[in-house]
Amino acid sequence: MLDKNGIAKRIAQEVKDGYYVNLGIGIPTLVANFVRDDINVEFQSENGVLGMGPFPFEGEEDADIINAGKQTITTLPGASFFDSVTSFGMIRGKHVHLTILGAMEVAENGDIANWKIPGKMVKGMGGAMDLVASAENIIVAMMHTNREGDSKLLKRCTLPLTGVGCVKKIVTNMAVLEIVDKGFKLLETAPGISVEQVRAATEGTLIVEGTIPEMSI
Amino acid sequence: MISKKVKTVKEALIGVEDGMTLMLGGFGLCGIPENAIKELVRLGVRDLSCISNNAGVDDFGLGLLLQNRQIKKMISSYVGENDEFERQMLSGELDVELTPQGTLAEKCRAAQAGFPAFYTPAGFGTEVAEGKETREFNGKMYVLEEAFKAHFSFVKAWKGDEAGNLIFKGTARNFNPCMCGAANITVAEVEELLPVGALDPNQIHVPGIFVQRIFQGAAYEKRIEQRTVRQRS
Repeated sequence: MLDKNGIAKRIAQEVKDGYYVNLGIGIPTLVANFVRDDINVEFQSENGVLGMGPFPFEGEEDADIINAGKQTITTLPGASFFDSVTSFGMIRGKHVHLTILGAMEVAENGDIANWKIPGKMVKGMGGAMDLVASAENIIVAMMHTNREGDSKLLKRCTLPLTGVGCVKKIVTNMAVLEIVDKGFKLLETAPGISVEQVRAATEGTLIVEGTIPEMSI
Repeated sequence: MISKKVKTVKEALIGVEDGMTLMLGGFGLCGIPENAIKELVRLGVRDLSCISNNAGVDDFGLGLLLQNRQIKKMISSYVGENDEFERQMLSGELDVELTPQGTLAEKCRAAQAGFPAFYTPAGFGTEVAEGKETREFNGKMYVLEEAFKAHFSFVKAWKGDEAGNLIFKGTARNFNPCMCGAANITVAEVEELLPVGALDPNQIHVPGIFVQRIFQGAAYEKRIEQRTVRQRS
């Protein structure tokens, strides 16, 4: 079974040369640490920066330079700053190649829920609804089950939706899955995880065709 | 030159009354109009509707107005990091309209640019689209969203001149430019207010036509919400 860094490491393999990538808060943010350094990738943060770099050295933090998680960051050569309208123009206009975000639930029809638990938690959708409605390549990074052990890969989402029919790929601590017409197609299993364990942890339809390779990370 | 300069924050906020709708720039605590917010607290105006991406933290930014129960309604995209906000929202004291971030920005920009409404794919099929007109373009579904209407817009820039021209720094730009000219009166506060001619016209981010009043903020705390650093190796 993978930890959060393991999930991020596997997703980093999906990041290709020349990609502009938007990373959500949480596990997705870790992906930047594992992208191969022989390819050119630019990270976009929807609060208005393209060409995000690592965290600043202590003493060099600038309150005016943060990412969408409100963390202090630096910029790399070639970076740019812009306003929120321009930022979401990049997103809505499909200029960002890959969006990686977390989720509370994903359904086998590609629906995603990640912004609200009625009566309990309402933090808001931030930029997630804009991102999932427009991005052509969305990867969800999440744990396969929630804290209670219930599956987060469902037939239908039970929580308020963030977007409909938009998720393409999911990387969890147990597996890599692709959303196809009839359900979650199992592509890879995490080291030490069997197909049966994935099946038991997946409430939605799991499609298993042939021999399933183990992730190489 | 048409001068937009006012001497004090007090003068800049003349006309703000109970029940008004205000736009406030900033993302988290980055690029927020700190001086205008403090003056709103001092004025004690109530029943405000505030359009702002976030709601500050408990003891800074818009959180100060929330603590004071001056806000009746918040229109935001993300309101985490604020316990008092969550308490007022869950208890029903505070009306909250959560709006996708890109839609929020575009509703400001539409007001600025004279569009009554626009179609966006964001929120289609979710509760955000409930009661709104939807329409298909080229096989994809979109939601009709209307421009905001606001009495005042409070923005913060890095540098400005007396003509109201603005230049922003880093990610403190965020929602500030699209809120300029999006309300009846736009009040810009800047870290450094310069005489006309001091700024290069090639470098202006927001032309002064969108700004009615400009003043230099007395002080900026610029609080950092998440201080993240790496170690020197």
